Amino acid sequence: MMRSNDKRREPLTDTQLLMAITIGIFLVMYLLAMVFLQGGFLHTQQLFDLLNDNASLIIVSCGLTIVMIGGGIDISVGAVTSLVVMSCVLYLNNGGNLFVSMIMALGIGLAFGLVHGFLVSYLEIQPFIVTLAGMFFARGMTTIVDNKITGTVEPQKVAHEGFLKLQEAKIEIPWLGYTAKNGNMIPARMEIGVVVALLCVIVVFILLKYIRVGREFYAMGGNQTSSLMLGINVKRARFISYVISGLLSGISGYVFMMHTGAANATNAAGMEMNAIASSIIGGTLLTGGVGNVLGTFFGTLTLTTIKKIVVSSGLNDPWWQSITTGGMLCFFILLQSVVLKKREKDKKAG
Amino acid sequence: MKDKNIKSKKINFGQLTIPLIAIALLVIFNLIRDPGFFFVGLSHNNDGNLVLQGNLISIINGASELAILAMGMTLVTAACGGQDISVGAAAAIAGSVFVKTLKSGSGINGGKFIAALFLACIVAMIFGSLNGTLVAIFKIQPMIATLILYTCGRSIAYWINGGATPTVSSPIVSAMGSFIPGIPIPTPVLIVILMAIIFKLIFRFTSLELFTQSVGINGSAARLNGINTTFIKLLSFIILGVCVAVAGSIGVSRLGLINHETLLLDVEMDAILAVAIGGNNLGGGKFKISGSIIGAYVIQMLTITLYAMKVPSTDVKAYKAIVIIILVVIGSPVFKEKFAKFMNNMRKNVKGINVKGAEKA
Repeated sequence: MMRSNDKRREPLTDTQLLMAITIGIFLVMYLLAMVFLQGGFLHTQQLFDLLNDNASLIIVSCGLTIVMIGGGIDISVGAVTSLVVMSCVLYLNNGGNLFVSMIMALGIGLAFGLVHGFLVSYLEIQPFIVTLAGMFFARGMTTIVDNKITGTVEPQKVAHEGFLKLQEAKIEIPWLGYTAKNGNMIPARMEIGVVVALLCVIVVFILLKYIRVGREFYAMGGNQTSSLMLGINVKRARFISYVISGLLSGISGYVFMMHTGAANATNAAGMEMNAIASSIIGGTLLTGGVGNVLGTFFGTLTLTTIKKIVVSSGLNDPWWQSITTGGMLCFFILLQSVVLKKREKDKKAG
Repeated sequence: MKDKNIKSKKINFGQLTIPLIAIALLVIFNLIRDPGFFFVGLSHNNDGNLVLQGNLISIINGASELAILAMGMTLVTAACGGQDISVGAAAAIAGSVFVKTLKSGSGINGGKFIAALFLACIVAMIFGSLNGTLVAIFKIQPMIATLILYTCGRSIAYWINGGATPTVSSPIVSAMGSFIPGIPIPTPVLIVILMAIIFKLIFRFTSLELFTQSVGINGSAARLNGINTTFIKLLSFIILGVCVAVAGSIGVSRLGLINHETLLLDVEMDAILAVAIGGNNLGGGKFKISGSIIGAYVIQMLTITLYAMKVPSTDVKAYKAIVIIILVVIGSPVFKEKFAKFMNNMRKNVKGINVKGAEKA
């Protein structure tokens, strides 16, 4: 280095750079929506609605980010979410206990995580196939549970009193509300699920940044052989990453149930792909070793905001939402590829 | 030395072991359950043609699209070390183009049919090369690159159809979807055989197989040896595009309508599964197309067996998952190693007992 300087700032790592791009684009997009579309985007409730609707997606994406940082993939998360919703709703409707239902949600998620982790890390089977089988199993079990117990295909509504109270409970933030036309102040409402989601983001952030296992995920995803030589127990770390992902899909199922209050066999359809897309937009690379859970959080918001923008800008034909999402995904993926390539060149040149 | 070689050959059936065992197990299971399962008969269908009918025929016929897609997917997997998850969506687009061309103007004749098929191929190849460009030139993981088309593909098909699910009925189309008059074998099966022969000829007369494998095993080494890795990867996606167009057209012809939501739904997962069951490494490298084709038939046979056992179609997935897990666990190298060790120990123990017994005697 020619300019060796004591005050030289540490350059951004790949992880931070990709995250910064995501957050920047999200802010710009939201500001543009506020300026040009106005309407709901001027109210803070819009932002809270985004969070309310997508709390479970955020939780699932956190788990997926961990697995992807470790160089794996978990496509069973949406199906597990759906299975948790279905079983918990049926359990509650047949006179179940609220507390036990929570344990049940965690237990189902954990069971899937344990099996996936064991098969992937200790039997060395390709993660895509293992979690694909997990996805098939969870989806199939959802319909089996649905058909065997209820005998109908109608959505099952929760009728449990304690749960309804929990579902109704909303956190109101008075100073962030807006004034309605009749002059009443309507406070901004946030569901409990959002608090759970934010807690998950924080816990995963701390795990990835300050806890030994979290650093092992990065090392493992970056280069498996060297991390093995450094004395990292790669198998154990990989096992743990899948267990965490499974556990988070269990939590996500409960949050999903708190949001919808009903179980349907097609719940959370396509959630796994949305979660993967969120992680990618947030700057996680499927090759492993790069990624940040805060980026994933903003990735989820970006993904869902673009859908809202499409709807509010009057493109009512049903196909525009997915086409725009695909286009945006393409933009982000290309941007990341180009940025990372340029950095590599700079590194080689410098 | 010589003995050792023979011995290792005896044990090692190659990568086709698992799919062949799976087929054998399914056949035995069905024979025990109901020998009539394999009954194949000749009967007249609605159009008055003499055709083959039976569970076996419906397995071979129903797996046609999957088998065709699995062939292309094997190439992509081998060259790029990743999978294309957009095949279902791309097939919906190809099917829409196919129907749109057939419905333009009035009447459907042979020339128009071929033009429609050709146009569907071109469109699918264009989308394939878009995926291929992202993978080969921008060095993006195949699964992520194809996630884009997976997200928006079916919507594009909906857009092409103009927000409807148009139907198309013509003797030529139904001939492609079911039977050609006078031939008792279902047309999709004939198309699979034709595609397999084309692949075989390509591999026989070009170095595509060798080049694809070397790109998949070590890309930089292949490049240093003068192979254009970018072109090989792009080519694998374009070939998959052709497979997608053919599969999509068959799917449309079967039903006589294009439904962008349900045409070949979830086929991408099944196609990847077929590749994996066929003993191909999903991380790229060596491959066998025949394995993937057998894998496709394993999946379809499993599904039809479950249907024959009166399992509701919505529940099939759960049972399928269990069988898949058992198959991949048996096929995993760690399990094989442990099993071999276990067998060796057994053998030693048995020998030990024999020796002891001999001493005592």
